[in-house]
Amino acid sequence: MDEKTYSENSADKPVEQPKAVLETRQIQAGSLKGEILLLKDQGYRFVTITCVDLDQESVDLIYTFDRGLEMVHLRIRQPKAESAPSVSDILFAAFLVENEIQDQFGICFDGLVLDFQNRLYLEEEVARTPFCRYNVTRNSK
Amino acid sequence: MSKTIIPFGPQHPVLPEPIHLSLTLEDEIVVEALPALGYVHRGLEKLCEIRDINQMIQVVERVCGICSKIHAQCFCLGLEKMMNVEPPPRAEYLRVVWSELHRIHSHLLWLGLFADSFGFEALFYQLWKIRERVMDINEATAGNRVIISVNVLGGVRRDLSAEQVRWITSQLNMVEQELKDLQSTILDDYTIRSRTVGKGILTREKAYELGAVGPTLRGSGVAQDCRQLGSSALKHLEFQPVVEQDGDSFARNKVRFLETLQSISLVRQALKGLPKGEIKTKFKGSPEGEAVSRVEQPRGELFYYFKANGTKNLERLRIRTPTFANIPPLAAMLPGIELADVPVIVLSIDPCISCTER
Repeated sequence: MDEKTYSENSADKPVEQPKAVLETRQIQAGSLKGEILLLKDQGYRFVTITCVDLDQESVDLIYTFDRGLEMVHLRIRQPKAESAPSVSDILFAAFLVENEIQDQFGICFDGLVLDFQNRLYLEEEVARTPFCRYNVTRNSK
Repeated sequence: MSKTIIPFGPQHPVLPEPIHLSLTLEDEIVVEALPALGYVHRGLEKLCEIRDINQMIQVVERVCGICSKIHAQCFCLGLEKMMNVEPPPRAEYLRVVWSELHRIHSHLLWLGLFADSFGFEALFYQLWKIRERVMDINEATAGNRVIISVNVLGGVRRDLSAEQVRWITSQLNMVEQELKDLQSTILDDYTIRSRTVGKGILTREKAYELGAVGPTLRGSGVAQDCRQLGSSALKHLEFQPVVEQDGDSFARNKVRFLETLQSISLVRQALKGLPKGEIKTKFKGSPEGEAVSRVEQPRGELFYYFKANGTKNLERLRIRTPTFANIPPLAAMLPGIELADVPVIVLSIDPCISCTER
């Protein structure tokens, strides 16, 4: 059986592929906690935060919530040179993923309730941010 | 009273994989538990930049050494959604068959380890003996026991013959009977109940608030299971989440045991309704844009995020595994319990550290 489902040489009928769009709500970092408190009041539970490296200057932080298997995504554009607000004071479950983002992308979180100081996965001698595509210098708090 | 800090793990007899907990004790009672990770972190998500989307199916299967098939399915579902590709009905049914077989062997592995954690060796041996039948099915139908590599974009790589369908059904009948023979031991035995009932309680409210998933969430009374989304052929099968109300280690044990029987029923339903036809939809092109997908792993909700730019490689792949979500609830379960109960409670969330650290 041909194992390549996607191949330049395939004679198969092409499938139309419009750009996939993930419905997210773009918000400002300053209003993040207010929005999260609102979602929490509406019965949403925290799923995760996804950090996406955009360019030399910034990353996207996508906050995902769920209620009855319906997902909601909030997105903030976060400058790499600035600290992001930690939401772990209102969502304790966020402390782990915020520490992971600190390790992997070098984004600092202000007010992290349990701060591993970039040592969740990494050893002390690691000075780079291994998941960044565009620059790998770690910001210090 | 003075406090003592005791390291739990990363190497511990009950832990199949390394995780460290720093336990602060007052006398024999835990007052704080701080997790520490980083012993098996591999950075697999980052590989999406240098491995193309077909190769990445093999990579994500290696995120977890137990539920590898379901990782690959979640990856394929997300990309198929991005590329508007619909697998053929037969492939969707076959995906359910292998997914539920993985759930059965994962839960049996855990039930055995759980019995072993409080010294019930005979039960451990019995459960792992039963599990071997499922591993044999995997090997006979996919060529391997755990990493079965049946998923491809647009469907599955392997098919089942009518003879194999009959053989799987007969094997599962035996697994079901053998499990039912053990049911009274698993659910009523004095040793098991005394080590698990009322231990490591996670209330419904806490479980929800802390983002618990899978049997950890359902053992606390929340009826949420990603299989309710009806992905693949699940929309055609009869399914209701298994829920227990007590939120303790015993409730989580009971949920997994009943889910094992439920998965046997789902495999049976899928084999019975297996439609004829192709097992793969062929297509051209590369994904572009953003998408998320999620499925129910044995340990709970698995979440994938994809960002693609129209090339063969993804720009970003993010994997949120169930154990990653269950670590904050675990940290909340431990304060107030006796040190001697820590191993059983840690095991009760079915931790998969290989998954967690990726």
